[in-house]
Amino acid sequence: MQLTVISGKGGTGKTTIAVAIAELEKGQVVKTDCDVDAPNMYLYYQGKTREAESFSGGNKAIVDDLICNDCGQCQEVCKFDAIENGKVSYFNCEGCGACTLVCPQEAIRLLPEKTADIIVTENTDGFLIYAQMEIGSEGSGRLITVLRKKAQRYAGDNLIVIDGSPGIGCPVIASLTDTDAALVVTEPTQSGLEDLRRIVGLCKQLRTETFVCVNKADINEEMTKQIEGYCQTENISFVGKVPYDETVFRSINELKPIVYYEESAANKAIEQIWNNVKDSLGLSPSQ
Amino acid sequence: MNIAILSGKGGTGKTTVAVNLAQILQANYIDCDVEEPNGFIFLKPTVQKSEQVKVKYPVIDKDRCNLCGKCVQVCQFNALFNSGKGILTLEKLCHSCEACGIVCKEEAIQFADREIGSIEEGQSANLKCFRGILNVGEPMAVPVIKQLLAAAPAGLNLLDCPPGTSCNAVSALQYADAAVLVTEPSVFGFHDLKMAIKLVQGFNLPFGIVLNKWSPEGSSYKEYLDKENIKILGFIPNTREIAEEYSKGNTLNEIPEINKVFSDIAREITEVFKCN
Repeated sequence: MQLTVISGKGGTGKTTIAVAIAELEKGQVVKTDCDVDAPNMYLYYQGKTREAESFSGGNKAIVDDLICNDCGQCQEVCKFDAIENGKVSYFNCEGCGACTLVCPQEAIRLLPEKTADIIVTENTDGFLIYAQMEIGSEGSGRLITVLRKKAQRYAGDNLIVIDGSPGIGCPVIASLTDTDAALVVTEPTQSGLEDLRRIVGLCKQLRTETFVCVNKADINEEMTKQIEGYCQTENISFVGKVPYDETVFRSINELKPIVYYEESAANKAIEQIWNNVKDSLGLSPSQ
Repeated sequence: MNIAILSGKGGTGKTTVAVNLAQILQANYIDCDVEEPNGFIFLKPTVQKSEQVKVKYPVIDKDRCNLCGKCVQVCQFNALFNSGKGILTLEKLCHSCEACGIVCKEEAIQFADREIGSIEEGQSANLKCFRGILNVGEPMAVPVIKQLLAAAPAGLNLLDCPPGTSCNAVSALQYADAAVLVTEPSVFGFHDLKMAIKLVQGFNLPFGIVLNKWSPEGSSYKEYLDKENIKILGFIPNTREIAEEYSKGNTLNEIPEINKVFSDIAREITEVFKCN
């Protein structure tokens, strides 16, 4: 069983909720941080490194200056304006290799470029799989697919909780494809609703079972109602509201999952949300 | 001059900073967060122009194709597949590099256009507003960002950037002359801010920080920035009033104390980046 926590809009509380769910299922869950651009899940977990490997998400073109005769054919053929007078721009090159095909001197090669480190850690709570991407690099979709394959190997029949990235593009599609369910964490703002519409549209295209919850629900009760109404119209399960709770900031800054602040309103609400999701998915409730 | 507003972490307040500063600086507002463009919610421009963003993809002429498979071999993005009966195209994986066309000796590959998003231009009071919109279900935002910024007007532009530090943020930053990094005083905010700082340093851009959702409890973060000699452009307080106004889709310049905060940040930006 794979559950992907996503949001559309950034900063709505994906990581807080994904980590809380993992803690509620302690020991029987593999956590996978697919927000590879800005991974935060690992900050909660000090563990033993079980695996570390480098990953290449693509290639870059390399020009051999000694053979290049400045004919300029590579520049003409490049669709990404990534090569000028035989110099390759690191940020523009998408590693397609078109330049290598037209170079009469065979002066250009494609070389795999390291774009990330993949890390698996283990502690008493179970496994965490995440990546540290090189700043400004590409291929996050491929990287996420590899992280998820690894998670399946470690999880066996256990639950996999995926912390997704904001947006609706390549990394989000890679995090959602073939997952069993998506839990969308939104917030009661105009932006939250607008972005919810887009992420729900994507979930529908991918035929993913979708659940929606609202974080900081009391910031704007009216918007929260609108979101509930929207879910009803779209026939999507609305699984609960988390109130605005200062304890969440404390939990992040103390790097202690919210479930350890047992009496906090946010914790109680998240627990209820998770039980609602489990109920819908036919899983047995948490103790 | 193009000033990029970015953050690393999502939801730290990029759009809030960009729209309110655009009003004060009388700058053009350009929403480059094409996966989730939200700036128009606040500036409410009348949209006057809209154009499609199209990308090329290969179309195989079955009569000419001899199934040699060279196009499949050369495609670095797994966008072509040889079924034995024909070459299948996975359009959404295609990067439009046209390498397949170069290797096809049978001239069996033509390129056609397909729409992946759009660009809108509008007017809000005296502000020019632009945004890119990626169609839902499309994975690649970069062509939309590039087309949006290639057409950016002269003058002072504020680029409301995508979150993260990979291709989307990079493609917006390639058009930037300076950067304003928006963060919040939390472990997550600063973890991701450090990545964003490395990114703008990689581009050699002058930059400064806006600390959003600020409260005095975050003083250790301010000390960190001071110690690293990183310019702080201003502090936006963490108040319920701001959160509520934001939730309704309102800009914040109507609140006098907050208007003063943004005016001070605008003045700092004008001084530090030498723009006006």
